[in-house]
Amino acid sequence: MTAFFWLFGALIVVAALLAITRRNAVATALWASVAFVGIAGEFVLLRAFFLAVVEVLVYAGAIMVLFLFVIMLLNLRERDLRLTEAPRLHWVGLGLAGLFLFALVLTCRRAGLFDEPLVVRPEAAGETAQLAPSLFQAYLLPFEIASFLLLAAIVGAVLLTKRKLS
Amino acid sequence: MTAGHVVTLAGVLFTLGMLGVLARRNILVILLSVELMLNAAALALCAFAARAGNLDGQIMVFFAICVAAAEVAVGLAIVIALFRLRETVNADQVDLLRR
Repeated sequence: MTAFFWLFGALIVVAALLAITRRNAVATALWASVAFVGIAGEFVLLRAFFLAVVEVLVYAGAIMVLFLFVIMLLNLRERDLRLTEAPRLHWVGLGLAGLFLFALVLTCRRAGLFDEPLVVRPEAAGETAQLAPSLFQAYLLPFEIASFLLLAAIVGAVLLTKRKLS
Repeated sequence: MTAGHVVTLAGVLFTLGMLGVLARRNILVILLSVELMLNAAALALCAFAARAGNLDGQIMVFFAICVAAAEVAVGLAIVIALFRLRETVNADQVDLLRR
Protein backbone atom coordinates (compact mmCIF):
# COMPACT_ATOMS: atom_id res chain seq x y z
CA MET A 1 0.00 0.00 0.00
CA THR A 2 2.55 2.54 1.18
CA ALA A 3 5.11 1.38 -1.39
CA PHE A 4 2.55 1.91 -4.15
CA PHE A 5 1.75 5.36 -2.74
CA TRP A 6 5.41 6.40 -3.07
CA LEU A 7 5.69 4.76 -6.49
CA PHE A 8 2.68 6.59 -7.94
CA GLY A 9 3.64 9.78 -6.10
CA ALA A 10 7.12 9.75 -7.66
CA LEU A 11 5.55 9.03 -11.06
CA ILE A 12 3.17 11.99 -10.72
CA VAL A 13 5.82 14.46 -9.55
CA VAL A 14 8.42 13.45 -12.17
CA ALA A 15 5.86 13.45 -15.00
CA ALA A 16 4.41 16.82 -13.97
CA LEU A 17 7.91 18.31 -13.65
CA LEU A 18 8.83 17.06 -17.12
CA ALA A 19 5.46 18.28 -18.47
CA ILE A 20 6.03 21.88 -17.40
CA THR A 21 9.70 22.00 -18.43
CA ARG A 22 9.60 20.45 -21.93
CA ARG A 23 9.75 23.08 -24.67
CA ASN A 24 7.76 20.98 -27.14
CA ALA A 25 3.99 21.17 -26.58
CA VAL A 26 3.48 17.56 -27.74
CA ALA A 27 5.96 16.29 -25.12
CA THR A 28 4.15 18.37 -22.51
CA ALA A 29 0.80 16.78 -23.37
CA LEU A 30 2.23 13.25 -23.30
CA TRP A 31 4.00 13.72 -19.95
CA ALA A 32 0.82 15.21 -18.50
CA SER A 33 -1.10 12.11 -19.52
CA VAL A 34 1.49 10.01 -17.63
CA ALA A 35 0.80 12.19 -14.57
CA PHE A 36 -2.95 11.60 -14.99
CA VAL A 37 -2.39 7.82 -15.02
CA GLY A 38 -0.39 8.21 -11.78
CA ILE A 39 -3.29 10.11 -10.23
CA ALA A 40 -5.64 7.31 -11.28
CA GLY A 41 -3.32 4.95 -9.37
CA GLU A 42 -3.58 7.12 -6.27
CA PHE A 43 -7.38 7.06 -6.63
CA VAL A 44 -7.27 3.26 -6.59
CA LEU A 45 -5.17 3.35 -3.40
CA LEU A 46 -7.82 5.62 -1.86
CA ARG A 47 -10.41 3.06 -2.99
CA ALA A 48 -12.05 5.53 -5.38
CA PHE A 49 -12.34 2.94 -8.13
CA PHE A 50 -14.98 4.71 -10.22
CA LEU A 51 -12.99 7.95 -10.17
CA ALA A 52 -9.84 6.09 -11.22
CA VAL A 53 -11.64 4.78 -14.31
CA VAL A 54 -13.16 8.20 -15.05
CA GLU A 55 -9.74 9.82 -14.65
CA VAL A 56 -8.16 7.50 -17.23
CA LEU A 57 -11.13 7.74 -19.63
CA VAL A 58 -11.68 11.50 -19.42
CA TYR A 59 -8.26 12.95 -18.66
CA ALA A 60 -5.67 10.53 -20.06
CA GLY A 61 -8.08 9.67 -22.86
CA ALA A 62 -10.47 12.36 -24.05
CA ILE A 63 -8.79 15.56 -22.85
CA MET A 64 -5.33 14.49 -23.99
CA VAL A 65 -6.65 13.50 -27.43
CA LEU A 66 -8.33 16.91 -27.63
CA PHE A 67 -5.07 18.64 -26.73
CA LEU A 68 -3.02 16.66 -29.23
CA PHE A 69 -5.67 17.23 -31.91
CA VAL A 70 -5.54 20.99 -31.35
CA ILE A 71 -1.72 21.00 -31.42
CA MET A 72 -1.92 19.10 -34.73
CA LEU A 73 -4.72 21.32 -36.07
CA LEU A 74 -2.88 24.55 -35.32
CA ASN A 75 0.01 23.34 -37.49
CA LEU A 76 2.52 25.13 -35.28
CA ARG A 77 5.84 26.05 -36.75
CA GLU A 78 9.07 25.08 -35.05
CA ARG A 79 9.44 28.47 -33.43
CA ASP A 80 5.95 28.28 -31.90
CA LEU A 81 6.62 24.85 -30.47
CA ARG A 82 9.92 25.96 -28.97
CA LEU A 83 9.09 29.39 -27.66
CA THR A 84 12.02 31.14 -26.06
CA GLU A 85 10.61 32.26 -22.79
CA ALA A 86 11.90 35.00 -20.55
CA PRO A 87 12.56 33.65 -17.03
CA ARG A 88 10.94 36.64 -15.34
CA LEU A 89 8.53 34.86 -13.05
CA HIS A 90 10.58 31.75 -12.29
CA TRP A 91 12.02 32.96 -9.00
CA VAL A 92 8.80 34.61 -7.83
CA GLY A 93 7.00 31.37 -8.64
CA LEU A 94 9.55 29.21 -6.82
CA GLY A 95 9.36 31.43 -3.74
CA LEU A 96 5.56 31.36 -3.71
CA ALA A 97 5.60 27.58 -4.24
CA GLY A 98 7.96 27.01 -1.28
CA LEU A 99 5.86 29.24 0.97
CA PHE A 100 2.64 27.48 -0.08
CA LEU A 101 4.05 23.99 0.53
CA PHE A 102 5.48 25.00 3.92
CA ALA A 103 2.11 26.42 5.01
CA LEU A 104 0.31 23.32 3.72
CA VAL A 105 2.50 20.84 5.61
CA LEU A 106 2.31 22.97 8.76
CA THR A 107 -1.49 23.12 8.58
CA CYS A 108 -1.75 19.36 7.96
CA ARG A 109 0.53 18.70 10.94
CA ARG A 110 -1.54 20.96 13.19
CA ALA A 111 -4.78 19.34 12.04
CA GLY A 112 -3.33 15.93 12.90
CA LEU A 113 -3.47 14.59 9.36
CA PHE A 114 -0.09 12.89 9.74
CA ASP A 115 -1.03 11.12 12.98
CA GLU A 116 -2.86 7.97 11.98
CA PRO A 117 -2.52 5.83 8.85
CA LEU A 118 -5.35 6.21 6.39
CA VAL A 119 -7.70 3.24 6.49
CA VAL A 120 -10.61 3.53 4.08
CA ARG A 121 -13.77 2.05 5.51
CA PRO A 122 -15.79 -0.25 3.21
CA GLU A 123 -18.72 2.20 3.06
CA ALA A 124 -16.35 4.93 1.81
CA ALA A 125 -15.10 2.80 -1.09
CA GLY A 126 -16.19 4.51 -4.30
CA GLU A 127 -17.45 1.57 -6.31
CA THR A 128 -20.08 2.29 -8.94
CA ALA A 129 -22.83 0.53 -7.00
CA GLN A 130 -22.09 2.60 -3.92
CA LEU A 131 -21.76 5.93 -5.75
CA ALA A 132 -24.89 5.56 -7.85
CA PRO A 133 -27.52 5.99 -5.09
CA SER A 134 -26.13 9.30 -3.89
CA LEU A 135 -25.37 10.49 -7.44
CA PHE A 136 -28.92 9.79 -8.64
CA GLN A 137 -30.79 10.76 -5.47
CA ALA A 138 -29.11 13.38 -3.29
CA TYR A 139 -27.12 14.92 -6.16
CA LEU A 140 -29.62 14.44 -8.99
CA LEU A 141 -30.06 18.17 -9.70
CA PRO A 142 -26.31 18.90 -9.93
CA PHE A 143 -26.00 15.83 -12.18
CA GLU A 144 -28.62 17.21 -14.59
CA ILE A 145 -27.04 20.67 -14.46
CA ALA A 146 -23.67 19.07 -15.32
CA SER A 147 -25.21 17.46 -18.40
CA PHE A 148 -26.57 20.86 -19.51
CA LEU A 149 -23.15 22.39 -18.86
CA LEU A 150 -21.50 19.83 -21.13
CA LEU A 151 -24.12 20.44 -23.83
CA ALA A 152 -23.55 24.20 -23.58
CA ALA A 153 -19.78 23.63 -23.79
CA ILE A 154 -20.15 21.52 -26.95
CA VAL A 155 -22.36 24.12 -28.64
CA GLY A 156 -20.05 26.91 -27.49
CA ALA A 157 -16.94 25.13 -28.77
CA VAL A 158 -18.54 24.53 -32.18
CA LEU A 159 -19.67 28.16 -32.42
CA LEU A 160 -16.25 29.49 -31.39
CA THR A 161 -14.36 27.45 -33.95
CA LYS A 162 -16.69 28.16 -36.88
CA ARG A 163 -15.16 30.52 -39.36
CA LYS A 164 -18.29 32.46 -40.22
CA LEU A 165 -21.50 32.73 -38.27
CA SER A 166 -24.39 32.94 -40.66
CA MET B 1 0.38 6.42 4.11
CA THR B 2 -1.60 9.01 6.04
CA ALA B 3 -4.09 11.58 4.76
CA GLY B 4 -1.37 14.18 5.29
CA HIS B 5 0.92 12.40 2.83
CA VAL B 6 -1.75 12.42 0.10
CA VAL B 7 -2.60 16.07 0.74
CA THR B 8 1.10 16.98 0.60
CA LEU B 9 1.45 15.12 -2.71
CA ALA B 10 -1.57 17.06 -3.99
CA GLY B 11 0.12 20.26 -2.80
CA VAL B 12 3.32 19.42 -4.70
CA LEU B 13 1.30 18.72 -7.85
CA PHE B 14 -0.67 21.95 -7.42
CA THR B 15 2.60 23.85 -7.01
CA LEU B 16 4.05 22.33 -10.18
CA GLY B 17 0.90 23.34 -12.07
CA MET B 18 1.15 26.86 -10.64
CA LEU B 19 4.79 27.10 -11.72
CA GLY B 20 3.75 25.97 -15.19
CA VAL B 21 1.12 28.73 -15.39
CA LEU B 22 3.56 31.37 -14.12
CA ALA B 23 6.65 30.38 -16.08
CA ARG B 24 5.42 29.19 -19.47
CA ARG B 25 4.07 31.45 -22.21
CA ASN B 26 2.62 28.84 -24.55
CA ILE B 27 -1.15 29.07 -24.10
CA LEU B 28 -1.61 25.30 -24.59
CA VAL B 29 0.92 24.54 -21.84
CA ILE B 30 -0.80 27.04 -19.54
CA LEU B 31 -4.14 25.27 -20.08
CA LEU B 32 -2.51 21.93 -19.37
CA SER B 33 -0.94 23.25 -16.17
CA VAL B 34 -4.40 24.38 -15.05
CA GLU B 35 -5.53 20.78 -15.61
CA LEU B 36 -2.69 19.56 -13.36
CA MET B 37 -3.85 21.98 -10.65
CA LEU B 38 -7.45 20.75 -10.97
CA ASN B 39 -6.19 17.18 -10.57
CA ALA B 40 -4.27 18.13 -7.45
CA ALA B 41 -7.47 19.52 -5.95
CA ALA B 42 -9.29 16.31 -6.91
CA LEU B 43 -6.63 14.22 -5.17
CA ALA B 44 -6.90 16.29 -1.97
CA LEU B 45 -10.71 16.04 -2.02
CA CYS B 46 -10.46 12.28 -2.43
CA ALA B 47 -8.04 12.02 0.51
CA PHE B 48 -10.35 14.03 2.75
CA ALA B 49 -13.35 11.94 1.64
CA ALA B 50 -11.46 8.76 2.59
CA ARG B 51 -10.57 10.27 5.96
CA ALA B 52 -14.12 11.48 6.63
CA GLY B 53 -15.44 8.03 5.69
CA ASN B 54 -18.14 9.10 3.23
CA LEU B 55 -18.55 9.47 -0.51
CA ASP B 56 -19.48 13.16 -0.82
CA GLY B 57 -15.91 14.18 -1.65
CA GLN B 58 -15.74 11.64 -4.47
CA ILE B 59 -19.03 12.94 -5.93
CA MET B 60 -17.54 16.43 -5.87
CA VAL B 61 -14.45 15.17 -7.73
CA PHE B 62 -16.77 13.62 -10.33
CA PHE B 63 -18.49 16.97 -10.91
CA ALA B 64 -15.11 18.73 -10.99
CA ILE B 65 -14.00 16.37 -13.78
CA CYS B 66 -17.25 17.16 -15.67
CA VAL B 67 -16.60 20.90 -15.39
CA ALA B 68 -12.94 20.39 -16.38
CA ALA B 69 -14.00 18.57 -19.55
CA ALA B 70 -16.32 21.47 -20.47
CA GLU B 71 -13.59 23.97 -19.63
CA VAL B 72 -11.02 22.23 -21.84
CA ALA B 73 -13.43 22.06 -24.79
CA VAL B 74 -14.23 25.78 -24.61
CA GLY B 75 -10.64 26.74 -23.78
CA LEU B 76 -9.21 24.88 -26.77
CA ALA B 77 -11.91 26.38 -29.01
CA ILE B 78 -10.79 29.81 -27.84
CA VAL B 79 -7.16 28.87 -28.58
CA ILE B 80 -8.14 27.87 -32.13
CA ALA B 81 -10.12 31.09 -32.65
CA LEU B 82 -7.18 33.06 -31.26
CA PHE B 83 -4.67 31.32 -33.51
CA ARG B 84 -6.84 32.10 -36.52
CA LEU B 85 -6.94 35.76 -35.55
CA ARG B 86 -3.36 36.38 -34.41
CA GLU B 87 -1.29 33.43 -35.72
CA THR B 88 0.29 32.87 -32.34
CA VAL B 89 -0.02 30.73 -29.22
CA ASN B 90 2.24 32.95 -27.12
CA ALA B 91 0.28 34.49 -24.26
CA ASP B 92 2.56 37.56 -24.27
CA GLN B 93 1.62 38.44 -27.83
CA VAL B 94 -2.07 38.53 -27.02
CA ASP B 95 -2.28 41.95 -25.39
CA LEU B 96 -5.11 43.61 -27.30
CA LEU B 97 -6.91 44.71 -24.14
CA ARG B 98 -3.74 46.06 -22.55
CA ARG B 99 -3.08 48.68 -25.20
